[in-house]
Amino acid sequence: MASDVQVLESAVVRFAGDSGDGMQLTGSQFTTSTALSGSDLSTFPDFPAEIRAPVGTTFGVSAFQINFGAKAIKTVGDRPDALVAMNPAALKVNLKTLRPGGLLVVDAGTFTTRNLQKAGYETSPLGTPQLEAYQVIELDISKLTLEAVKEFGLGNKEALRCKNMWTLGLMLWMFSRKREPVIDWLQKKFAKLPQVAEANVAALNAGHAFGETAELSATVKRYQIGAVHSEPGLYKTVTGSQALSWGIVAGGELAGLDIVLGSYPITPASPILHALSGMKEQGVVTFQAEDEIAAICAAIGASYGGALGVTSSSGPGIALKGEALGLAISTELPVVVVNSQRGGPSTGLPTKTEQSDLYQAVYGRNGDAPIPVLATRSPGDCFETAIEACRIAVKYMTPVMLLTDGFIANAAEPWKLPDLDTLEPFPVEFAKAPEGEEEFSPFVRDEKTLARHWPKPGVAGTEHRIGGIEKDYNTGHISYDPENHQKMTDVRHAKVEGIANDIPAQDVDQGTASGKLAVVGWGSTYGPISEAVKSARDEGLDVSHIHIRYISPFPANLEELLRSYDRIIVPEMNAGQLKTVIRDKFLIDAKPINKVSGQPFKIQEILDAIRAELAA
Amino acid sequence: MNDLSTPKLTIKDFTSDQEVRWCPGCGDYAILKCMQRTLPEMGVTRENTVFVSGIGCSSRFPYYMNTYGFHTIHGRAPAVATGLKLANPELDVWVVTGDGDGLSIGGNHLLHALRRDVDLNILLFNNKIYGLTKGQYSPTSDVGTKSPSTPQGSVDPSLNPISFAIGSGARFVARTVDTAQKHMPGVFTRAHAFKGASFVEILQNCIVYNDAAWSDITEKKAAPERQLLVEHGEKMIFGAERNKGIRFNPSSFRLEVVIIGENGITEDDLLTHDESNRQLAIMLGELGANPGEPVVMGVLYAAQADHSYTQAVLGQVEAQKGKRSLKDLMYSGQTWEVK
Repeated sequence: MASDVQVLESAVVRFAGDSGDGMQLTGSQFTTSTALSGSDLSTFPDFPAEIRAPVGTTFGVSAFQINFGAKAIKTVGDRPDALVAMNPAALKVNLKTLRPGGLLVVDAGTFTTRNLQKAGYETSPLGTPQLEAYQVIELDISKLTLEAVKEFGLGNKEALRCKNMWTLGLMLWMFSRKREPVIDWLQKKFAKLPQVAEANVAALNAGHAFGETAELSATVKRYQIGAVHSEPGLYKTVTGSQALSWGIVAGGELAGLDIVLGSYPITPASPILHALSGMKEQGVVTFQAEDEIAAICAAIGASYGGALGVTSSSGPGIALKGEALGLAISTELPVVVVNSQRGGPSTGLPTKTEQSDLYQAVYGRNGDAPIPVLATRSPGDCFETAIEACRIAVKYMTPVMLLTDGFIANAAEPWKLPDLDTLEPFPVEFAKAPEGEEEFSPFVRDEKTLARHWPKPGVAGTEHRIGGIEKDYNTGHISYDPENHQKMTDVRHAKVEGIANDIPAQDVDQGTASGKLAVVGWGSTYGPISEAVKSARDEGLDVSHIHIRYISPFPANLEELLRSYDRIIVPEMNAGQLKTVIRDKFLIDAKPINKVSGQPFKIQEILDAIRAELAA
Repeated sequence: MNDLSTPKLTIKDFTSDQEVRWCPGCGDYAILKCMQRTLPEMGVTRENTVFVSGIGCSSRFPYYMNTYGFHTIHGRAPAVATGLKLANPELDVWVVTGDGDGLSIGGNHLLHALRRDVDLNILLFNNKIYGLTKGQYSPTSDVGTKSPSTPQGSVDPSLNPISFAIGSGARFVARTVDTAQKHMPGVFTRAHAFKGASFVEILQNCIVYNDAAWSDITEKKAAPERQLLVEHGEKMIFGAERNKGIRFNPSSFRLEVVIIGENGITEDDLLTHDESNRQLAIMLGELGANPGEPVVMGVLYAAQADHSYTQAVLGQVEAQKGKRSLKDLMYSGQTWEVK
């Protein structure tokens, strides 16, 4: 058999089906098995906003894409090498993504007249020139599944639910992945329903056996994708939401503070609320508030009380938090505000990804209201960036905006687990009562950081009153004095600007520290930019990649670094926002490369932009 | 609680050095003095007491208390106070709000703080007008209130704060009035002692924009006739001559004012106040809307069963805390080693 196995460096597989077909589960189980085999990977769950859209419709199609390989994988892959379509609608929506010559597995059993109509096909595309460009495997997966689980006596509907496991079995066989992790998972998940567990395992095995024995091996190759040569260590597959939640808790521990999360459910930020709500063993207090405003207000109240308040939302919710953010800025209280960005404006595209809240983060409040803004670049990166957000918040007594997005939140990647014991603690010391008759002021500042000290209710001698009204620079009492307001506005700015000297210098991710062209990115465009720059450099083009985590303030060396290139392009999943901030800060002519389709950049799109810019 | 070695605190200890900036004659002065006077009697400490407020005249209150204080943003004090209690449940947290702050822009937060029964003492100063924004009508303004925003008179019906609070699920509801220096301390003390959210409506006079809004029930002569002070277990009697009372009429299912000695009415016919009776509290809260009816003052409702939101939330955390470290959590599940 071994000779039949073709070794690939990497492959992209996309599972697509109806919302009710369990494609996200199928994809995530394929991911687990792939991760355990040691391949590097990146995943992209692409699902509709509707919970259960009408069965068989194109808008009810849910997909999960995984790119995995024996090399470093930084994107979800531009075009799938293999597409699984569980019904006509899934085929209709996803076929255009499949690369020519790619493998197409369809459940022909679902290609009924009614389903074809719902998907907008007049006649079945199966066996027609429409599919000529692909290697098509038509299988009646529905029927094969029913046969496989017959002995378990499930109803027809329940039995058909095992279809995804049958398909997964087949795909695991095709890409030489192990079934054991999936079987373990099924047995745990359905521990209370052993019949269902057994049926699913049987379907999985049947799909696998079908590949091995059948009928397929003559026409279809089996592939092997090896392990990546990663740094030694213990690895785990994480999503951005998971890693970010862990980072928040680690940040709290490093500061020596309790975490109090105030949050309100919103797509795609809710997984952070869920993850932190499940971390009571680590002492996390969570509060599902009545609205977005109450969520941040509770976080501010918690910080006033001496805990680290955190709030998590997405763009529309962040908009509602704007006034309260101003209160935290004015009272100089630490709060970590997480924005899992989605397509906007308004309700926009709740389940699709975008980076269009950068202006909102940097500029979006009334008054002169500067705050530090940090952006994560990948699921694993969320951990360290969240710790940084906590560190800056408590060290500088300021709210911090932590930007992630729907893609990072839901995507998974293998991540080398960090050694928590090596993380540098940043313990908080609360304000002490003044000695003698001296009056206590809540606005005594650290000379270096300009941060005010942090009094904690319950401590005698540090009683004080603060609020959103302008405060006297020295006493903290209400002040309407014009010069004082100037001074306080200036110090709030200087405090945030000063953080530039307390963060790592901007590095060049790939390429040289000067040259013809720099591609400057932030957030989840990291993968496609990185791959595109690699390809361009392989072609001999003079291009470098700079990826910015600290958006506000920028690292102290960034201006000088950017000025060392002839040209700057900024690919963003928005209409051009970081480009504006770069122009605003440095008067550098950064050129925008924009995509606002709710889908991540393809490597090719950025590569084309690099070539065009260098040819111009 | 004070032990023998701690000198007893006085009104001075609870008075901040800030100049009070309410209009001369504002009802808020009386409430402030009463609070500064009553806190030492409760035996609380300054460091353990926090006043949280929103925006409006009443919300300047924290600046004048020599305790911890947080003057937040419009309507959001209950939410800030909830977070504060979750961070430190040992604190005595007072929320000071007004009819605009608490019932208009912050209605949602007040509703949920009461529903959750967060252990807060919530004081709503009701002067039936927006003061700090210069006199617009508020959600408790009477229909027909002429104001800069309603030059021909307001048309929307007013909200009864007591009905709102009970409807929201409040378990302690009381009413008092700024002129009642003898009545207020008892209400504050009861509100403070109650475990859970305690809601106190304080009828308060805005001398500039809505002067005499409550005079028909607060004037010296009118007060005995228009105010019914309820006490748990006591008959509901009022009137300058103590000859009026409240009776439940089962056929109309209403409370009605009766006169002792007329039509064979005796004290035995009158209702006895039962703080634990929520239905009764709802009816008492609405009294005063019709001519001849008194407005009810005192603790209208105080639920008996113990309940604490913060204890319940933090109890879940305490029961689990420390069972697994962050490292153990992160390193659990499906992992693999690269050598």
